[in-house]
Order: sequence, then structure tokens, then C-alpha cells
Amino acid sequence: MTDLDRFRTDTRAWLTANCPAAMRQPLRSDDDVCWGGRRYAPSSPEQKQWLDAMAARGWTVPDWPIQYGGGGLSPAETKVLREEMAAIRARSPLNSFGISMLGPALLKYGTEEQKLDHLPKIARGEIRWCQGYSEPNAGSDLASLATSAEDGGDHYIVNGQKVWTSYADKADWIFCLVRTSKASKQGGISFVLFDMASDGVSTRPILLISGNSPFCETFFDNVKVPKANRVHDENKGWDVAKYLLGHEREMISGMGLGGSGKNPLIAGAIATIGLDHDGRLADPILRAQIALFEVRAQAFSAMSERFIDELKAGRAHPAQPSMMKYYGTELNKDRHELMMAAGGSDALEWESDASNTGAMPRAWLRTKANSIEGGTSEIQLNIIAKRILELPS
Amino acid sequence: MPLYLDDDQTALQDTIRDFIADAAPVSHLRALRDADDPAGFSRDLWKRFADMGFTGILIDEAAGGLGLGHVEAGVVLEEIGRNLSPSPFLTTAVAAVEALRGSAQADRWFSRILAGETVAALAIDEAAKHRDRIELTATRSGNGFRLTGAKRFVTHGYVADLLIVAARTAGSEADRDGITLFAIPRDAANLTITPARLADSSIAAHLAFEGVDVDADAVIGEVDAGRAPLDRLLRAGRTGASAELLGVGGGAMDMTMGYLKQRKQFGQAIGSYQALQHRAAHLYSEMEVARAAVLKAQQLLDADSNRADEAVLVAKAMSGMATTLSVNESVQMHGGIGMTDEYDVGFYMKRARVLTELWGDPNFHADRLAIAAGY
Repeated sequence: MTDLDRFRTDTRAWLTANCPAAMRQPLRSDDDVCWGGRRYAPSSPEQKQWLDAMAARGWTVPDWPIQYGGGGLSPAETKVLREEMAAIRARSPLNSFGISMLGPALLKYGTEEQKLDHLPKIARGEIRWCQGYSEPNAGSDLASLATSAEDGGDHYIVNGQKVWTSYADKADWIFCLVRTSKASKQGGISFVLFDMASDGVSTRPILLISGNSPFCETFFDNVKVPKANRVHDENKGWDVAKYLLGHEREMISGMGLGGSGKNPLIAGAIATIGLDHDGRLADPILRAQIALFEVRAQAFSAMSERFIDELKAGRAHPAQPSMMKYYGTELNKDRHELMMAAGGSDALEWESDASNTGAMPRAWLRTKANSIEGGTSEIQLNIIAKRILELPS
Repeated sequence: MPLYLDDDQTALQDTIRDFIADAAPVSHLRALRDADDPAGFSRDLWKRFADMGFTGILIDEAAGGLGLGHVEAGVVLEEIGRNLSPSPFLTTAVAAVEALRGSAQADRWFSRILAGETVAALAIDEAAKHRDRIELTATRSGNGFRLTGAKRFVTHGYVADLLIVAARTAGSEADRDGITLFAIPRDAANLTITPARLADSSIAAHLAFEGVDVDADAVIGEVDAGRAPLDRLLRAGRTGASAELLGVGGGAMDMTMGYLKQRKQFGQAIGSYQALQHRAAHLYSEMEVARAAVLKAQQLLDADSNRADEAVLVAKAMSGMATTLSVNESVQMHGGIGMTDEYDVGFYMKRARVLTELWGDPNFHADRLAIAAGY
């Protein structure tokens, strides 16, 4: 038995003993997602129990170093853990922009003090982070951002406005791009961290076409940010921003996977439309569309596995997250279009209890942002063309 | 196991890449076509494959082969695809070997395949579209069987020494079981073989069995139990064809990226135009996803996983769709020159069409995937 086999056996036994049955059920709604944070209110005792058990082993961030709250696992061990969790359909114990975005950037660019200060709190789900990137006049052209950080001696004075700040109204801290120099576009940006409870920070949720408000406008009015909270050098924030965007794209691409367990598209289509006497979906054209979609979805699932394996081994092209983001988000939009087609008029109900207050149409509308947020599909195609295919500009 | 080629597989890729690019580049295909070569491939090249051990890539080391797996066979096939090299490798070293594996016939044929003396052809399809139905009958007659019926789309069927024929020995036409595989020589009496050159200038054959008598020892495996070796043959063949498709799609894409950088219009390289950049980037994405799907199927086959069947369906469908996109985009982005016979990109389009159709097209495989998922 190899060490990896032994790790798999031990992991399986530990998960069996420690993952509560309720945490092996599919998510019923967004409320079931554990985001942690100062204002974390567990949706069930089992959710808290699962978070604490995993965090105690460092397995909310299994491949981070142990001293920063991680599990210190190798890429191969991390993959085994992921496979064993998938095998029992275990929910993710903690979802967080701290894990998927800020953490990797701090591991690469943070000072030792910043890492020790922030990473363990992310790993334990104690602090919930939001991302201050886009501005009203800086969308796809992100580097044209104008939120200013004036030098105030040992601190900056931050003024300006961010937009599309996911869950800003629920977050404890923000990682934020600010302009510290007007002399250069990309070369005048710095990357800073601050508490959302600071004086001068306010948020306003934006009502979206889904009827929900996952995004906010975020305003900064003379916010004092200690210079010690700047990650990497002054005016070098764009390097951090781009590195972090790679991880954000990787995370968003995961939406193309559609989760583990029973396939909701297929189950939904069978429930609404039914099977004919041969056991085929009774709408043959929709059946064909779903089947061809499933080919791409399953192929993309293999692509995600390959991408993660190559990334961990340092073999992935640095711009490959753009391909993953592009493909995964377009796929997710296709999936929800098919779910709506399969659902018929049931999938149109917006408020009824039967529809779980319109969970399906609201989710469908939410997916339309997938190919906009984190860099539009068109921006990703530009990046692939220039950096991977090396086409001329 | 990580989903990328390991060091040994990468080393094999380097070897085979250089060998095939040197021995059988696209100009080799063009020369065979222009000479109207009756075999459609070079026997000399096949012998060189044997000398390097590649014909025995899937044959166990104990039997004199390399004892490697579907990942390695795919590495060879991708380079065959990239160079459009006409070769009986897929039918002989991959599909036929899988059909024969473990049967009493194996010893006899494996040594010839290892020596590069045998070319095998698979006689499975009976209709213009691949399907599971086997209607050609083999009825007991004397010491053996008498075969009656027809086969088509038998690649290399006109020159093969070994024909592997799927015949019905029990049950009715639509049954999955009741099938027996036979190993039949090309010169059997009452067997008429008519060659048919295909769009990609490969040569397939129509086979007419008008009471072909064979001895009982022509049976591969057990009578009525041919479904298992046939499935094995098809899984390996489809996975191999998928790898070859990746090479075809990748080769066309590489040519096209080169062209986009070099061809100038309106005073600049056409690859600087966003309309073409976005099409190229989308194509790249589809090919990457297809590559992952194919490697996944190969690894699961090598691991003898119960998830391999589904992965093979996905691989064949996805590689067919992505490569079809690749060759279509390639001709379009080349513009007029892509339509000329003199330029190679059209060869890629033709080979892609044949491989996409072989042993089931993307629609066939998507349908099977749906059935497996219960809808």
C-alpha cells in the first residue's frame, strides 16, 4: 500500500465519521452555502459542526501551509481529498473569496505578517472578504480605475466608488484596487486591505434582473487605510490584481461543472416532460439538445480535472484560467437555458412556494452575469488570442 | 493519477512525433493519393512501425509486445492524425488486438502483427450510419459456420490479411447479444470485396458474404459471446479514433494560427483582427476541452474502470465536434487558398469527416450517453 493509498483510506474513514449526513445533501438554495464571517449565522447545527471539523484539520484550504491554517497537503493528497468528498457528495465546508481569491494572492505577494494575520482567519471562516475592483467607469478596462488613495503619512486616505462588489453588505473586510499615482495607468495602482467597518465606508445593494441583490455599490469617503495593509509595493498592485483574477476566473469556471450528485437538468426534464415507452425523454428535440450539451459538460469536467492537475504541477499556461472561465461560464448559461426549456411554465413562476420563490428563473437570470463578471467572455478571448495563441496586436 | 502525460509518455511522444513527421508527413499522403496507390498506405512504413515496436504497443510484454496502454496508443495516433499519415495502426494494433486479446486466435495473429506482416480490418457496419444492429448471419454448417450478409465501411478491407467479422449466431437483429466474432482470411470462397475510395483518399471496402464457409476455429472467443470482445474493440477503436481526431484538429489549428500571423491584408497580419482572434480563441478552447475528454477516456480504459464506457462516448463525440469545428474554421480563415487542392488544409477537413463518422458520430454517442443516463 502506498502512502497515497493509506491517505485515501484514512481520509475516507475520517470523512465517514465526521461529515454529518445533512452535509451530504445537495444545496437547497444559496442560504445553504456557508460563507463564514463575523455575522455568520449557521443555517443548521450540522453546517457549523462540519465547518469546525474541517477547519480544525486545515481542510477548508487543504493545500495551504499548516502555519497559515491550511492542511499542508500535497497536490496528489488534495486531489484524493476532493475525490473522497465528491464520492460521499460532501458539501464544501466553506465558500469564500478569501479562499478562492485573496488567499492565493497573499501567499504569493503578502508579507509574513500579512499572511499570519489574515490567512488563518480565512481558513477558519472568521472573516468574510469582498472584492473592490470594478468601478462605474472601469469595467472591462479595469486598469482605468479612479478610486484614489492619497498619501497621509503612515496611512492612505481612500476616496471613490466601486461597483458590482459581491456581498459587500455582508463582508467584513475588502481587498481593493486604488490609484496611488496618475503618472501611469497600470503602474499607478496599489492593492490594499481594509475593514468594511472603517469610518467612511458605505454600501448600497443593487437590485438585479433576478430580483436579488448579490452585488453592491460601495462608497469610500475619506477612509483611513494603514500603509501596512498594502500588499506588494506601491504602484505594483496591478501584478497582484492580475494574479488574483486568474484565481477568480478559475473559481467562476467551476460553475460550468454543475455540481456533484443527481443532474438537475436531466432530472428536471424527466419530471416535467416524462419518458416515452422506450424510456427516452418524450420531447426528442430537447432530448438531443440536452444530450449534446451533456457531452460538452462532461468533457469540461475532465478539462477541469486536467487544469487543476496541470496548475498544481506548474504545467498550466498562465493564461489558461481565461479559457476555463470562458468555457465554464458559457456552458453554465447553456445549462440554465436548457433547464428553463425543460421546466416550461413551471420554471416561470417567480413567487410561489412550489417554485421555491422562483429559484429556477432567478438562477437562470443570475447566470447571465457569469460571462460578464471577472472579465467578460470577450476579454477572455482577447487574452487567449494574445497570450496563448500569440496572435499579433 | 494526474490528467496529463507522465514523463515516459512525454518521452514516447517526442520519439513518435519526430519519427512520423519525418517518415510520413502530409506530403506522403499526397504522394500515395496522386499515385492512386491501390493499398492507400505504405507497407514499408508499416514494417518500420513494427521494427520500432509500435505495432505491439497494446500486446503484453510476455507475448513480445510493448505492454503499454491506451494513453500511449493515443500518443501514436495523435501524431498519425497530425500528419494525416495513412496507416493500419488504428485498425490493426489497437482495435484488432483488443478483439483478439485472450482468445485462442491471439497467439497466431499477434506474432504476425508484431512482425508487421499482418494488416487487420474490422467488418462491423452494415448500414451507412453506424448502429448496434448486426444482421449478417453465421449459421452452423458442417464443422463450422456459413456466413451470409454484407458489411461496409471496412477500412483496409481490400488489402487486409485478417478480417474480423461481427456476425449474428443467435437472437434477432436488434438484440445486443447473440453475436459471434470471426477471424476470416481475405481470400475466402464466396466472399466478394469491392474497394471504395473515400473522400480522404483512404480506401474502405464493401464485403459481400454469399455463403462463406469457415471452420469452427475461425471463431474469436466463444460462440454467441462476441458482444464482449466487440465492445472491447469498439471502446478501443473509438478512443483511438478520438486521439487521431485530436491530431487532425490540432494540426489544422496549428497551420491556421501560422497563417493568421503571416498573411497580411489592409497592411497588417489578419491575425491582428479581433473578429478572427475571437474565432481562433474559441477554437482553441474547444480543442483543449476535447483533449481532456480523450485523455480521461484513455486513462479510465487503462485502469479498467467501470466509468470508462461513458468517458469513451464523451471522448468520441467531443473530439468529433471540436475537430469538425477546427477544420471548418481552418478552411474559412485560410480563405481562397484553403479551398485549393495544392494547399494541405483541405486534407485535414476530409480526414476529420471520415474519422468523425467512424464507429459512430457525435449524435450517435450523445444518444448513447442519454440512454446511459436514463432519458
